[in-house]
Amino acid sequence: MVGIISYGAGNIFSLTAALERLGIPYGMIFKEEDFDQYDRYIIPGVGHAGAAMNKLEQTGLIPKIKSLTKPVLGICVGMQLLTAHSEEGDSNLLNIFPVKTLRFKDSADYKVPHTGWNQTFPEKGNPLFENIPNGSHFYFVHSYFIEYDESYTLSSTDYNNKFSASIWRDNFFGVQFHPEKSGKYGETLLTNFSKI
Amino acid sequence: MLSKRIIPCLDVKDGRTVKGVNFVDLRDAGDPVELAWNYSRQGADELVFLDITATHERRKTMVELVKSVARQVNIPFTIGGGINEIADADALLNAGADKISINSAAVRNPALIDELAKAFGVQFVVIAVDTRVSGDKNIVHLNGGRIPTEKETLDWILEAESRGAGEILLTSMDHDGTKAGFDNGLLKIINDAVHIPVIASGGAGSVQHFVDVFEKTNVDAALAASVFHYGEILIPDLKEVLRQNNIEVRTLAE
Repeated sequence: MVGIISYGAGNIFSLTAALERLGIPYGMIFKEEDFDQYDRYIIPGVGHAGAAMNKLEQTGLIPKIKSLTKPVLGICVGMQLLTAHSEEGDSNLLNIFPVKTLRFKDSADYKVPHTGWNQTFPEKGNPLFENIPNGSHFYFVHSYFIEYDESYTLSSTDYNNKFSASIWRDNFFGVQFHPEKSGKYGETLLTNFSKI
Repeated sequence: MLSKRIIPCLDVKDGRTVKGVNFVDLRDAGDPVELAWNYSRQGADELVFLDITATHERRKTMVELVKSVARQVNIPFTIGGGINEIADADALLNAGADKISINSAAVRNPALIDELAKAFGVQFVVIAVDTRVSGDKNIVHLNGGRIPTEKETLDWILEAESRGAGEILLTSMDHDGTKAGFDNGLLKIINDAVHIPVIASGGAGSVQHFVDVFEKTNVDAALAASVFHYGEILIPDLKEVLRQNNIEVRTLAE
């Protein structure tokens, strides 16, 4: 059963709706004791990374999150929180992945936010992209991205520069795109996560 | 590569689709949720719902609609129409809308764009602009193109971008309903002038019009209503032609 970490950063209606469509049971985590009821966790998040980090700090759940050994999936800003630092609000983050979250340089050819369906290419064998063809499209909407890193990039996407569309370290996974809005492949990815 | 997006637009009143729709296989052509689901299956990349409900119950009706769509549909969608304040936007985003589209309210109160961008992030804020040629200028119009404003279209769009618009939905009222093609001249000027995504709207009548708008203006997305609703253009066929013209489109899962 998936525990969604609740810290007040953005709406999760679409995410829970997707889990319900897929028949993936879930519940909400508000305090440390709640973690024990679940065998995997999602950190959602939209909006401003710095603001999201402040809200997460207020929950007091950070030491627990860092100590988790069961599978964890950060989505969008929930993924960016796993990195060391974001240029958004010059914010120090969880540092589970020692990489940086940077802002896209906007231009007429590469508009910001990066909005729409883009392809992602897994860099290594992994359980998250099982049954998802190389180069499948996912739905992105973000102005900040996680830098490409040979150790931690799980799949890369190109938008002006190559960046981490997803990351992986031990039990921690993160995706920049929105699997709950990414059609069939997004649903496959959520189902895969529920089985890791 | 980032794909060009194809966006069907649905007009909704009191929770029901209003423009005629004649899909085969639809149990209820007035049900926006069933229609949305059908479009997502055909390969629409995104949906826009334009709510034209005019009763005091409208926010409640819209929230219910948004929740129903978010429960059933696995692609992003925007909701527009009658969003006047932060509380409207908050309710719709919490119900599962991915973006909100603001038109008249932003023209009347441009600071609303700043407030929405600050409260929710620029990626949630679509500014819809209805433009019509008046004299030799492109002028922003309100109420479906009936009421001219003082604002020149390019100036207003640049102001909206600087205030925190995350995307522009530009409808040419001169082209809307003509099925003679998008307003590629204006769309290119706007698209070259901004660094946020632009959705072209108004004038789609054939598959070639979509090829033209992407090739001539490089906009990010193209929106249409009747050609999709009446089945005159089928999205899989449209995407195939775009692909043959080397325009990047999303590949669907089997």
